Amino acid sequence: MTLTQDTKTPVTVLTGYLGAGKTTLLNRILSENHGVRYAVIVNEFGEIGIDNDLLVESDEEIFEMNNGCICCTVRGDLIRTVENLMKRQGSFDAIVVETTGVADPAPVAQTFFMDDDVRDKARLDAVVAVVDCRHVLQRLADTREAEDQIAFADVVLLNKTDLVTAEELKAVEARIQAINPYARLTRSERCNVPLDTVLNRGAFDLNRILTLDPHFLEEHEHTHECGPDCDHDHDHHDHGHDHHHGHHHGHDHAHEDPHSVKSVSMTAGELDPDVFFQWIGNVSQIQGPGILRLKGIMAFKNDPQRYVVQGVHMIMEGDHQRDWKDGEARESRLVVIGRELDFDALKTGFKACEA
Amino acid sequence: MVSVAPYDAGSFVVAAFFLDTDPVFALGDGSLLMLTADGERRIEVHGGGLLAACKTLDGSAILTGGGDGRVMQTDAEGEATPMAELPRKWIDLLAAGPQGAIAFASGRTAMVRLPNGDLRDVSPTRAVGGLAFAPKGLRLAVARYDGATLHWVNTEAPPQELVWKGAHATAAFSPDGKYLVTTMQENALHGWRLSDGQDMRMTGYPGKVKSTHWSAKGRYLATSGANAAILWPFFGKTGPMGQQPLQLGARGDQLVSHVACHPAEEVVAIGYQDGMVLVARFADSQEVLLRRPGGSPVSALCWDHGGTRLLFGTEAGEAGVISL
Repeated sequence: MTLTQDTKTPVTVLTGYLGAGKTTLLNRILSENHGVRYAVIVNEFGEIGIDNDLLVESDEEIFEMNNGCICCTVRGDLIRTVENLMKRQGSFDAIVVETTGVADPAPVAQTFFMDDDVRDKARLDAVVAVVDCRHVLQRLADTREAEDQIAFADVVLLNKTDLVTAEELKAVEARIQAINPYARLTRSERCNVPLDTVLNRGAFDLNRILTLDPHFLEEHEHTHECGPDCDHDHDHHDHGHDHHHGHHHGHDHAHEDPHSVKSVSMTAGELDPDVFFQWIGNVSQIQGPGILRLKGIMAFKNDPQRYVVQGVHMIMEGDHQRDWKDGEARESRLVVIGRELDFDALKTGFKACEA
Repeated sequence: MVSVAPYDAGSFVVAAFFLDTDPVFALGDGSLLMLTADGERRIEVHGGGLLAACKTLDGSAILTGGGDGRVMQTDAEGEATPMAELPRKWIDLLAAGPQGAIAFASGRTAMVRLPNGDLRDVSPTRAVGGLAFAPKGLRLAVARYDGATLHWVNTEAPPQELVWKGAHATAAFSPDGKYLVTTMQENALHGWRLSDGQDMRMTGYPGKVKSTHWSAKGRYLATSGANAAILWPFFGKTGPMGQQPLQLGARGDQLVSHVACHPAEEVVAIGYQDGMVLVARFADSQEVLLRRPGGSPVSALCWDHGGTRLLFGTEAGEAGVISL
């Protein structure tokens, strides 16, 4: 892949339950001679047996943003660690972030969209979920986090396949695909996969899911669409009190339908951009709390370029990607993965954006 | 006549200082670059990168914090002495206090090395964002998530909590000790009038405020984060409340990344994201260009004692001494 325009450091986020095999994978990333220097941010050193000055422990610190978006949380510790790493530019090529087993992946992903400094320096390359094939079905039945991690993933590393039967493995794969049909599944024992199947995937973008174009990874102009309450005024004498909007992301495990995460893939023809932007803005405001991932490529009428959008909860961003090729069908596609979403309204609304 | 003597520092310039009259650049690769009468000298201070630096209050040495978990003190001779250590932690916040006190932090851990060498834990329950000693007494402000905490570090007096929702980063006391101002994760500053805890909110920045500096006699607080240096007035009874800030060195397309006020005059040196440096006078906004745009954001600026020389450094490791 040529990344001539991309000077941002790629970041891989590693999720997965305790015991799934994240540490095994990290030890490989740190010890193998793969020619890439990784800075690794872990939640605790634990059993990582390698002393490396690019290995750093970072205590999860969720920051709520006082900007009116109820889902706008970021990982404050990651912002700080990325800033610190940037003082050592040139001593590493890529960053891997390990999250705790029970972490909500959204704040991690949102950090790379919402914080200007981090966004200037780093880009989310892929979210990789490491899954223990023996225990994942039980985890999914018990917890919401396990489902979130799979729903968020670009790559699911099915680990410990040697410890389950072929039938059990099939059942696990089917269950994971039911949650997230767009993630790439990779089977492994003791995380013994070639590292390039999980690292530097360029997978947080859309190519693998929506197109087969391997060269999509250009510089993006990010736009951050916040809610109407967003405090983006340019007033230098505001000393009033700000409203504070808390994060009401319920973690109620009591009455959780284990199959609550669903996804939808929608297609439409050429769109009217004005109608589309208004619609997607409304979608993010109204359905944002339930949206785990949203990705799409749009064909706008009279626009020679493809327009890509992606979102996490209420954060949506988009940019022109590249020219439509001769003979390429000018078609708009949008994938939404989430919980308690009104899929009929999404489908009708998307279709109504057609020019 | 302005002249610029450039130096290739070779690594992110975390901070710049004058030790007596010699320029010193603290670099992200873990070293100090000293420019002495005998030439350039590089001192390796930290393995695993240098993340924070400040000068001791007596002006005799540079304190640095690193990725090796150490706090080091390096004097003008280049003699580096370990002062404290948090094994395997990245020390990225530092403050120098009176009588040789040192505050340092990593993540949620904040410690003070007291003048007698004892360590005292002043960790809040959430992330530490910044550390600042008050201009008088052994009083430390720890900026943290949801506010700031004031400690009298030499006594057992209970800490004073200042509460404001959100993540607070760098902290700075006004030179008269009347105000504490923090920069925030949001594009804003927050201030407290310490006499009565009155909140002040200073907003309107298009970018994060990462650099603040008090002007001579503490009359203004200069800040980065906008396409001009924003200077909030802190004279008068109510400080900046209800006042308009000065906006100096406005440019259409570049944000200010660093500011440093002149030690005596009402003049501010302004560094921009594109590496340009200029000075601007408060009274009439008159500007003098000191350095043309370079390769990366200005990350350090420092005046000498007399205010005739200015050090600059950038994220890409460009550095220099500007003589006015």
